[in-house]
Amino acid sequence: MIGAMHYVFLSLILFVLGLIGVMVRKNFITVLMSLELIFNAANLNLIAFSDRFSSLSGQILAIFIITIAAAEAAIGLGLIIALLRLKDTASLDDANEMRG
Amino acid sequence: MAFLVAHFTQIVFYVLALLAVLGGIGVVTFKNPVHSALSLLGTFLMVAGLFVLRHAEFLAAVQVLVYAGGIMVLFLFVIMLVNVKKLQPEAVFLSAQAPMAVLAGVLVGALVAFGLLAGKLAAAGGVPAALQTVDGKVLGNTEAVGWLLYRQYLVPFEVVSVVLLVAMVGAIVFGLKSASLDRGEGRAER
Repeated sequence: MIGAMHYVFLSLILFVLGLIGVMVRKNFITVLMSLELIFNAANLNLIAFSDRFSSLSGQILAIFIITIAAAEAAIGLGLIIALLRLKDTASLDDANEMRG
Repeated sequence: MAFLVAHFTQIVFYVLALLAVLGGIGVVTFKNPVHSALSLLGTFLMVAGLFVLRHAEFLAAVQVLVYAGGIMVLFLFVIMLVNVKKLQPEAVFLSAQAPMAVLAGVLVGALVAFGLLAGKLAAAGGVPAALQTVDGKVLGNTEAVGWLLYRQYLVPFEVVSVVLLVAMVGAIVFGLKSASLDRGEGRAER
């Protein structure tokens, strides 16, 4: 039988992968993709426990998380475009000063 | 065949989970951002399948529509919009901190796993989520989520729509600001 524990461990693996991706990658776009991986891990947990405790509130919260993830992706990609215009690169190492 | 039928849910779970993890590994390791994006798309679809296994059919549809259909198109659009060469620095990984970062990530995972294994989950109770009822009527998943979303969670729903609006305005302003910098004196200083 597949219980909530299986889902929690799968979510943990995806979260750690996303975490490593955020810390390791140089490319701004790939860092954003790793962030989406982390959001998905959180959603997986919510869905598993929503089923386990027979409460739909977890699914509602997952809907909100998906909405916030969409907003975050839009702003992040806007930042990438701005960075590309300003610095001509998407490498995070080159985005090292506050003044625009 | 009898084994397949008896363990159908388990087999589907493990296949989907394996593919999702492989997709996640692909996101972190692929050099080309387009390959990373496509492998992330695979992970999204597998996670949608896992949602169906947990009786969250509506969320599986939302996952496919919003993540696979919306966010991934946004990512691919930006990748295609700009020169892929610019998006590919010579070194893919931040070489100095990569081993430490992987070590830190694995340690965080081990810590959480230890906590999960040491603790114990409370027993489940109540009716299955697939059989939510309102006014004595049994509802499907989409209908039940709709009832909850538009009644009990109406205010957060409206707030999150404002958040989306603000994010949209912000994204547009980011695009405009750098465009005006190109014309204005911001460029002359550099």
